[in-house]
Amino acid sequence: MTALSEKIISDVVCTICGTGCDDLQIRIKDGKIIEAKNACAVSISKFLEQHAQRYSSPMIRRDGELKCASFDEAVCKAATILSESRYPILLGWSLTSAEATCIGVELAELVGGVVDNNTGFCHGPGLIGAQDIGVSTCTLGEVRHRADVVVYWGANPIHAHPRHIARYTVLSKGRFREGRKERKMIVVDVRKTDTARMADLFIQIEPNGDYELLSALRMAVKGEELEQQVIAGVSSERIEELADLLVRCEFGIIFYGVGLTMSRGKSRNLDAALSLVRDLNRSTKFLIMPMRGHFNVCGANEVTSWITGYPYAVDLSRGYPFYNPGETSAVDILSRRECDAALVVSSDPVSHLPYSVAKYLSEIPLVTMDPHVTATTMVSDVAFPTAIMGIEASGSLYRMDGVVLECKKLLDPPQSVKSDVDVLRAILDRVKSLKGA
Amino acid sequence: MTLVKVRLVSGRSIGQGKGKELGKFSQQYFQSVAICELSSDDMNILAVPEGGNVRVKTDFGDVVVKAYTSKQSLPKGIAFMPYGPWANRLTDPETHGSGMPSLKGIEAEVSPALKEEVPTLETLVKNLYSEK
Repeated sequence: MTALSEKIISDVVCTICGTGCDDLQIRIKDGKIIEAKNACAVSISKFLEQHAQRYSSPMIRRDGELKCASFDEAVCKAATILSESRYPILLGWSLTSAEATCIGVELAELVGGVVDNNTGFCHGPGLIGAQDIGVSTCTLGEVRHRADVVVYWGANPIHAHPRHIARYTVLSKGRFREGRKERKMIVVDVRKTDTARMADLFIQIEPNGDYELLSALRMAVKGEELEQQVIAGVSSERIEELADLLVRCEFGIIFYGVGLTMSRGKSRNLDAALSLVRDLNRSTKFLIMPMRGHFNVCGANEVTSWITGYPYAVDLSRGYPFYNPGETSAVDILSRRECDAALVVSSDPVSHLPYSVAKYLSEIPLVTMDPHVTATTMVSDVAFPTAIMGIEASGSLYRMDGVVLECKKLLDPPQSVKSDVDVLRAILDRVKSLKGA
Repeated sequence: MTLVKVRLVSGRSIGQGKGKELGKFSQQYFQSVAICELSSDDMNILAVPEGGNVRVKTDFGDVVVKAYTSKQSLPKGIAFMPYGPWANRLTDPETHGSGMPSLKGIEAEVSPALKEEVPTLETLVKNLYSEK
């Protein structure tokens, strides 16, 4: 505390990406954040501009327009939409607390719907791959202390996870690795990104060529001859050079981004990447980890898994959990126009899903919860303004390596704005009373 | 009409990340996300100035955005658009049974559209989504 109206809060957890930096120092003056030390450029925008484009009253669509409503009216309308729905989808959960997701799963079970999170359109194929092949992984701390070879495949952390490289990989100083000079950095990408410019070895791959390249790399790692001169835009000499680096390392890791999961092959790309890591473990220590984007998408997977047994795309309409991505995943359900109502929590699928999918979402009764005005809130039937997790509400998140971090409440939310947990609990209670549960 | 055929990759950028935190309806978000990055070779073929408007078209839709030469060294024939509502006018909803839509490596055509306007997010939402 430096003055009556000014305080500094240390060890604040950042709620931007899955890196989960927990060393931020936030200076608050007169109830406003005025400085965010140790924060990346994206994080500074979030902490200093958290008041931008907020709304403070629940809204209900009346005569085609969203109009202010009381909290009780909005809860009643949302609960009615969900309880009258034949097959609702409850989507989002990646920018909220693990505690909120717990309530969301209970609500989905009660209304007989599908609970899905953003995993379906980010790292879902990685989870399917891990279920097929198995995964050899670790915590970020182990990478920091031990890794001598770090591969970023289809990931551009300089833009998407700005402190990942400095905190945990090639630029970090670990117990057994001094830093950049004792670590090799390899980047595989379609573009020569800002991350690729830092690499000791950059492999420029053709779009959608990941499965081919991974398969060729597996052959090279096993010492088999590559018959083709060029594979997925990469020369066989380059592939052999990469294989040699991987095999000779002491502790290597692949961090893969959505460049691998969203490209042609999808979960098959991950089958190949996870198999490569399994092959490498015959001769050295090698691990793999997804570069999770949203700060608590990993938490959404963990919570949904320990309640239902499955990490995402869980259909609870049968009275028991059923999981089959491609059938029970949000994009597929919306594409087939099967759901007849939706609850979206802290997500903006109208902006971030392919148009035909987003359009159907806008056509059905839609309830949203979000601190900010988004394209999704604009097409909602009921919209709840909510407190920003990690700034205006406390809660737990899971970092990309599954480590749990506790977020503090730094500021009070705008007057009458409630947390995701409070809004969800109110909707759940109302649905219970409507259903006589 | 001049056009270039590209494979479109959508993805994160630091401008998109900062812009979304300033608000999806902010000028910063619009300027960072309603864009298409191209190789210098493709920019030369299209003969559009930096920040000139182009129409990007795929089998799934089309949209007018501003074109820039990529600072991430794109090879000829590859285009990049940041994630967001403009890129998602163009992406493929097919999941191939995986749950994941096809957001990268989509075949697209880019042509000059210097006299057309880039739609704002408000306009996109009003024009493209059903009136409730």
